Amino acid sequence: MSIDTETARRVAKLARIKVEDDALPALAQEFSAILGFIEQLNEVDVEGIEPMTSVTPQRLKRRKDVVTDGNQQAAVLKNAPDAREGFFAVPKVVE
Amino acid sequence: MTDLSKLTIASARDALRKGDMSSAELTNAYLGAIEGAGALNAYVHHTPEIAKAQAAAADARIKSGDAPDMCGIPLGIKDLFCTKGVPSQAASGILAGFKPAYESTVTTQLFDAGAVMLGKLNMDEFAMGSSNETSVYGDAVNPWKFDDRELTPGGSSGGSAAAVAADLCLGATGTDTGGSIRQPAAFTGITGIKPTYGRVSRWGVVAFASSLDQAGPMTKDVRDSAIMLEAMCGHDPKDSTSMDLAVPNFEAALTGDIKGKVIGIPKEYRMDGLPVAIEKLWEDGTAMLKDAGAIIREITLPHTKYALPAYYVIAPAEASSNLARYDGVRFGHRAKLDAGDGITEMYEKTRAEGFGAEVQRRVMVGTYVLSAGFYDAYYNRARKVRALIKRDFDQVFAAGVDAILTPATPSAAFGLGEMVDADPIQMYLNDVFTVTVNLAGLPGIAVPAGLDANGLPLGLQLIGRPWEEGDLLNVAYALEQAAGFVAKPQKWW
Repeated sequence: MSIDTETARRVAKLARIKVEDDALPALAQEFSAILGFIEQLNEVDVEGIEPMTSVTPQRLKRRKDVVTDGNQQAAVLKNAPDAREGFFAVPKVVE
Repeated sequence: MTDLSKLTIASARDALRKGDMSSAELTNAYLGAIEGAGALNAYVHHTPEIAKAQAAAADARIKSGDAPDMCGIPLGIKDLFCTKGVPSQAASGILAGFKPAYESTVTTQLFDAGAVMLGKLNMDEFAMGSSNETSVYGDAVNPWKFDDRELTPGGSSGGSAAAVAADLCLGATGTDTGGSIRQPAAFTGITGIKPTYGRVSRWGVVAFASSLDQAGPMTKDVRDSAIMLEAMCGHDPKDSTSMDLAVPNFEAALTGDIKGKVIGIPKEYRMDGLPVAIEKLWEDGTAMLKDAGAIIREITLPHTKYALPAYYVIAPAEASSNLARYDGVRFGHRAKLDAGDGITEMYEKTRAEGFGAEVQRRVMVGTYVLSAGFYDAYYNRARKVRALIKRDFDQVFAAGVDAILTPATPSAAFGLGEMVDADPIQMYLNDVFTVTVNLAGLPGIAVPAGLDANGLPLGLQLIGRPWEEGDLLNVAYALEQAAGFVAKPQKWW
């Protein structure tokens, strides 16, 4: 499968990674090579096979739905690039 | 002070308990060795204060007679593990300045057992790479050399491998998503085990592909791997995929007796273009196990060929999801914004600046295979093929095979920079023998078994039944005894 620059642009947008226009053709070419490699999977007969959800057959453990920690606002915000008045600050989202 | 090149975790443990040396002395010796080994670029964050405090505490504990096996043992920790108050960047620019407010379960368990942290170790960015060349810290360098060329220590746990091989720690933590413990171990002449998926808690380990990631030890020999693995294992309520299963005494499993064990040799691993030296190593290893009393059986794992393509759908898909959290809001890097930039520009610029080329590539491939219209064709198909790959192994084990012997890598360590112009798939082929094991969730161990014509180390891989790491380690121990690998790199750094 060949990926064109428009598709590369769309994927970059979906992934929220800024890619300059002049870098798109090379990116599209790399995607095409990788997807070409992946295309081998079409040779496999997967009729009747369930997609794997868990590599070790196990039922996930359950626990009581209760609060197990909290009151750590300072620790939670400590690594934020911009934290103000107890909140994460971001550029204006709504006009 | 003891010659660090001769020391192992087991011998240091015994010497510490006997009082022949103190952890403080040992730790200082390693801190000195690290100081002189900047050329290897193995350690990327140094923690001498923490190391000295932990060593002093370990010495007090040993004196009191309460000393677990890892007590006082100096270790290096891969940068992928969150360590409280210490930079934990996954070798990425996007986590610049990040200091976790918590400690990963693995490092918590190691420190509770008295282990000493010397520092954080280099790796490929987000563990995506096979040569440690995608790191924001620059390449880690293999202590092994020939022709005066600088070689890769492998990846992604390249700093861990280089540090153990160059005697800059007694053992190191590694993580393995497609071969990231076993390939660097093979490239540097050390031992590394990826345990069964769910054996070791993933909590506090920066996630790459959650259904494949497992942490494990990288050490100088099989006994040390057994000792260190035991300290890393165990059920953790904070990781819902960690198995609630008793942790056996792995060291006690090392009898060296493998009489009657059935060793499978998978014919599909005999690839075209496999170097003669690797083929010979594999034959020699087979003969060694046979001589030790094992029964050799040719086996078939028919879907082997599809493991790498399936991996390069599943791993990027999971990565694109896991790495969505790096958005410049809660931690790490945020791009400088221009006037008028909104939140979308903030995400896009932050991620373009913070992620390196390989990480960007994989996130975007993952985004593509998960996108509307392609999900079934790529992602679901890959998960079906993964089920078939696991079934291949299940059938072989059900037929009585105890362990499977394969080469660990398709070549010896290659030169840094040599693969720069190759297309990404060439680099992905490094994991051709190891990636099946992650897809099937099995334990796998790389053991150094010989040298190639250039004097570079080569490793063999043994694959075991799920949850039977003890048995696997014992077969590895028998192979280690027979191979008698003792070569060390010449010190040039």
